[in-house]
Amino acid sequence: MINMFDPLEIRKHFPIFERFQRDGIVYLDNAATTQKPSEVINAIVNYYENSNSNVHRGVYRIGEEATDLYNRSRENIARFIGGTPEGTIFVRNATEALNLAASSLTRMLGGEGEVLVTRMEHHSNIVPWQIASSVSGIRLRMMESHTDRPLKWEDIEKDITGKTKIVSVTHVSNLLGTINDLREVGKNLHDLGIIFIVDAAQSVPHMPVNVNDLECDLLAFSGHKMLAPSGIGVLYGKPELLDRMPPYMGGGEMIKEVFEDHFTAADIPEKFEAGTPNIEGAIGLSAAVDFLKNLGMDNVRNHEKDLISYTLRREQEMNMPSLISYGPRDPEVRGGIYAFNIRKKDGGDRPFGNEVHPHDISHLADRIEGVELRSGHHCAMPQTVSLGVYATARASFYIYNTRDDVDHLFDVIGKIERRMIK
Amino acid sequence: MSDDIIYSAIIDEHYEEPRNFGKIEDPDEDIMETNPTCGDTIAMYLRLGDGKIREIKYVARGCLISVASASILSERVSGKDVSEVLKMSKNDILSYLGLDLGPAREKCALLSYDALIKMLRKYEKEAKK
Repeated sequence: MINMFDPLEIRKHFPIFERFQRDGIVYLDNAATTQKPSEVINAIVNYYENSNSNVHRGVYRIGEEATDLYNRSRENIARFIGGTPEGTIFVRNATEALNLAASSLTRMLGGEGEVLVTRMEHHSNIVPWQIASSVSGIRLRMMESHTDRPLKWEDIEKDITGKTKIVSVTHVSNLLGTINDLREVGKNLHDLGIIFIVDAAQSVPHMPVNVNDLECDLLAFSGHKMLAPSGIGVLYGKPELLDRMPPYMGGGEMIKEVFEDHFTAADIPEKFEAGTPNIEGAIGLSAAVDFLKNLGMDNVRNHEKDLISYTLRREQEMNMPSLISYGPRDPEVRGGIYAFNIRKKDGGDRPFGNEVHPHDISHLADRIEGVELRSGHHCAMPQTVSLGVYATARASFYIYNTRDDVDHLFDVIGKIERRMIK
Repeated sequence: MSDDIIYSAIIDEHYEEPRNFGKIEDPDEDIMETNPTCGDTIAMYLRLGDGKIREIKYVARGCLISVASASILSERVSGKDVSEVLKMSKNDILSYLGLDLGPAREKCALLSYDALIKMLRKYEKEAKK
């Protein structure tokens, strides 16, 4: 049990921090994936060393143990988000969850209707709908959203038409860090008979999230962004909706009976879990949930709020005209994500402008100071393009980051500017 | 000896003053290439004749590595026989840069090379007809 929220104490649970310390690495790419604590690693190792066998079918001892571990993991994860086990479907990641939703809902809706998303979506909440519209009458529409404030019900409301069947929005932007205001959205959409989907890949790991408070129909998140291994994620759904949705993939585990010309689907959640599942992933995600529950999700959020406040304050103190960052300035509506560019509008003789390419920023930050940043469009091209750039550099924080890490970030930003801007 | 990106004289020199930067009006071949991971783009133009690269120009929007490598490449292949340039390997290009690059950055370094090779292959195919 970790009582005080102390990032340096938390680090002791993460074996990789021994290497980080040895090599002087400051890991700031947590929106891409997080590090894994011993508790998670050990849970997976323990499963393989003591209980490995396939789930659901074996009536022998370790088969029952594996099934029990898998089921209890599901119950634990469901409780963590305020959901029910039958509404908690294991998938590979949030991307697969949203693909499942798009494919299945398209068929449920008879291939008709309009899907509304925002411009701040990750590609995984855009492309599955574009694929759906290429094979059916489903139409995708991108509503207006702002880069300096959260999306609110009023923003969504004005884009809804009689054809709107689904509204699918991100809870927290992986580029701007915006925490969208989704209160009332679910209730209002349900009054209109519209399905409400939340991409929670950047919120479930970082703040208390409860599917009942959000009143969402479906919610997607990834395990690897919250201390768990890669290859495990969740699509949460309201059981009454999941019951109506047709299966996504066919195969073992998802059927009741198979005949020569048809099948009957299993009940939820198995209906959506074809094939042998990622058993160790589910166990690892459950251990990650325990680790986070121990810390307290309110504490996690407060810690990241402190880091982003400090980041925005340090940025202001730097007073560096060539440093441009994006997203809301109010830490109350901002997650621990800081995307930026280093560019000067004028000066320099280069034919292509006086700016530092984000790839050079992250390459230099690594080589100069061991600061690990991500660069590119962060799988949010429509949002990136709307900022008038083709890429940004991004720092993103988690439970083991400190104000000291933020200081390293700004040290290296200063050094890169001196190296690159003429 | 490999230099590091923190300071490499050759990279800096080509980044600050890229050689052969610009456009050729009515080129014999032209192409637009993009690196999907970072959004770097390069437009490359060639004037070709008697199996040789008479002139090469490009307009690049990219990082240190991709701009410098386009500049170095353009110097290396200017006036050369097309068949000779087609024999150049990816490793040759990387050795001209003299940088120790990871796989992600190699894509930046090879963007201009990929663009050039595509155009030359097309040119050779058409010449054989």
